[in-house]
Amino acid sequence: MSSTETPVAPTGTTELSWPDPCEVAGTVRLVAPDGSRLSAQALELSGHATYAAAAARTTPEQLRAMYRDMVMTRAFDREATSLQRQGELGLWPECRGQEAAQIGSAHALRPRDHVFPSYREHGVAHVRGLPLHELLHLFRGTEHGGWDPVAHGFHLYTLVIGSHTLHATGYGMGIQRDGDVGTGTDRDRAVVAYFGDGATAQGDVNEALVFAATTNAPVVFFCQNNHWAISAPTTVQTTVPLVERASGFGIPGIRVDGNDAVAVKAVTEAALDRARAGGGPTFIEAVTYRMGAHTTSDDPTRYRERAEEEAWSRRDPIERLAALLRAEGHADADFFAAVEADCAELTAGVRTYCRSLTPPPSASIFENVYASEHPLVAEESAWFAQYEASFDGAAPAGGHA
Amino acid sequence: MSAETIETSEPAASEQTADAPAATTGPTTERLPMARAINAGLRRAMATDDRVMLMGEDIGRLGGVFRVTDGLQAEFGTQRVVDSPLAESGILGTAIGLAMAGYRPVVEIQFDGFVFPAFDQITTQLAKLHYRSAGRLQVPVVIRIPYGGNIGAIEHHSESPEALFAHTAGLRIVTPATAADAFTMIQQSIASPDPVIFLEPKARYWDKGEVDLSGSGVDLGPDGWRSLHVARTVRTGSDLTIAAYGPTVATALAAAQVAEGEGHDVEVVDLRSVSPIDVDTLAESVGRTGRLVVVHEAPMFFGPGAEIAARVTERCFHQLEAPVLRVGGFHTPYPASAIEKEYLPSLDRILDAVDRSLAY
Repeated sequence: MSSTETPVAPTGTTELSWPDPCEVAGTVRLVAPDGSRLSAQALELSGHATYAAAAARTTPEQLRAMYRDMVMTRAFDREATSLQRQGELGLWPECRGQEAAQIGSAHALRPRDHVFPSYREHGVAHVRGLPLHELLHLFRGTEHGGWDPVAHGFHLYTLVIGSHTLHATGYGMGIQRDGDVGTGTDRDRAVVAYFGDGATAQGDVNEALVFAATTNAPVVFFCQNNHWAISAPTTVQTTVPLVERASGFGIPGIRVDGNDAVAVKAVTEAALDRARAGGGPTFIEAVTYRMGAHTTSDDPTRYRERAEEEAWSRRDPIERLAALLRAEGHADADFFAAVEADCAELTAGVRTYCRSLTPPPSASIFENVYASEHPLVAEESAWFAQYEASFDGAAPAGGHA
Repeated sequence: MSAETIETSEPAASEQTADAPAATTGPTTERLPMARAINAGLRRAMATDDRVMLMGEDIGRLGGVFRVTDGLQAEFGTQRVVDSPLAESGILGTAIGLAMAGYRPVVEIQFDGFVFPAFDQITTQLAKLHYRSAGRLQVPVVIRIPYGGNIGAIEHHSESPEALFAHTAGLRIVTPATAADAFTMIQQSIASPDPVIFLEPKARYWDKGEVDLSGSGVDLGPDGWRSLHVARTVRTGSDLTIAAYGPTVATALAAAQVAEGEGHDVEVVDLRSVSPIDVDTLAESVGRTGRLVVVHEAPMFFGPGAEIAARVTERCFHQLEAPVLRVGGFHTPYPASAIEKEYLPSLDRILDAVDRSLAY
């Protein structure tokens, strides 16, 4: 089922060199890269008709909202990258190319669900209602976190790969003990842990899968297989499709075209419904591609070929959803123009906000080390305050030797 | 020879002195081994607060390899006393998530040497979450670890890793030396809003002491956990101070008793807390005695004794009559149990340090 309208490959490369990994049997795809919905016959063959039926209930308004979120995430991502290049941020991990995986899955969440992200889930943060500029504190170096994890059900970014999947599982075990699973009411809730293909090699992720499976915790393990863990291709982490890992843990696994927002939403909704109902964890492998560098400190030209990036650029998730909206008559030029205007407003605000972030007072080094008083921290804090004060009124020239 | 002295030193002198402050023996006072005292403290905490839950390997039906959680699963059910998968990082990581969800997990690491798979979760996650979240998240997890040697165990079962954790801000590290303290301190640790590493001196699990099981005997008001970090002078003296904690307190008391026979009046301070350290109590003591010997099983190099020596020296430089001396583990792996008595800070090695300090 090749995409018939694929542009001609650039000189020296062919589409065949970089086959679409989502054209493998068993991978849920509902919308082809050209924006057309898969035929009933194709869905019958793939066995994914139930997802298609669920996706058919996604309203045009919801489709437009997903598109808008994806475009705004990309605009924000581009702006943050620029801010890093201009020296306003210390580092930025781009999420370009992964918008469908992030926005599609986040649109399946309910307000009381909780998300435990890695550090690239800017799109999920946006859908959770976290003002995107709040993500910048961490990357400008003015705070380690910067947002309220509880207010938006969106926890802090975790830079130690995979550690947070255990926190997600423990949180899910807490939800079970609260009785917020399987009541069949709005009270039911669940957790999503986001991580990447690289993280699947971590012990903590494997332990999280063990704990979630054996406790039947309401956790959706959402693996964005973006093909690259910095410079290591997925083949460095695994010799089997990642989704196959799940069965060994006794967890249902589902592989989805991570650049098909409609399919991602349908698959994640089903997994979340199952978790909230008490059915236990699900492992989702969303096959996508990290179009940008790992972070602004990275140089992908050293380890991957331009042709691969170009092949994936023809599977762009935003263009795919735009094509669907156009083909089905859900969006007109005014809509697209309005989204662009929203993006311009967002990025202008982000730029202003970022530049307004100043270093916190140096005394804040000592704040919140403990939740309660601590004699050593108090002593060092007091010493530091008097040390700082010792320079008051002193002529700085010549130092204090 | 010295080892036998340690074992026979457990009784009268040490306990009477060590338990003195809790001497208001009412009808609810019982003579319990430390392991049972911890069990009673856990039961009390669980009965008082529904959010308290236990998690660890073999802690349910078996009651833990040292039986510290004996009977608790039968009493509180499998949702509150959880037999976890055999994965220490998983235990800690899920405990963090449970704490984020409002629970107060008390996890057991089966032996000191098995805590290291969880070291990452403890030091990079648990210890830092309150700081990283600017105080928005509290993670009051208690990590119970049977620690220390002197039980003839095979390798990885006799370690004293406290310094590795004390070096990490965000953690509180305490260790009881008596059954009475064990009962009180485990409840205070659970009440603490911060993560606590609760080190249980496994060689003292079977040492008995009077434990006041009455409700009024334990200060567990909103700030009841604060006295957790206050050192206790278990024997007063004027010639020299010995600072010890956990398994070495009884040995230090025995040494003080022997020294008394030799005409030396030795004070013994049970630190009770390795992080923070109650430097005030130590400095007050050394200000009077002018001499300090620090005793612990952990290796001396970068060990708690080094930190204590530095801090007491800063505070008591002019009162010190001798350098602060340390008696502790060597810069070697913990040796085979057949020769562990030579590695451990024995009564004789403590007396040797006392003599060296007094002769300085």
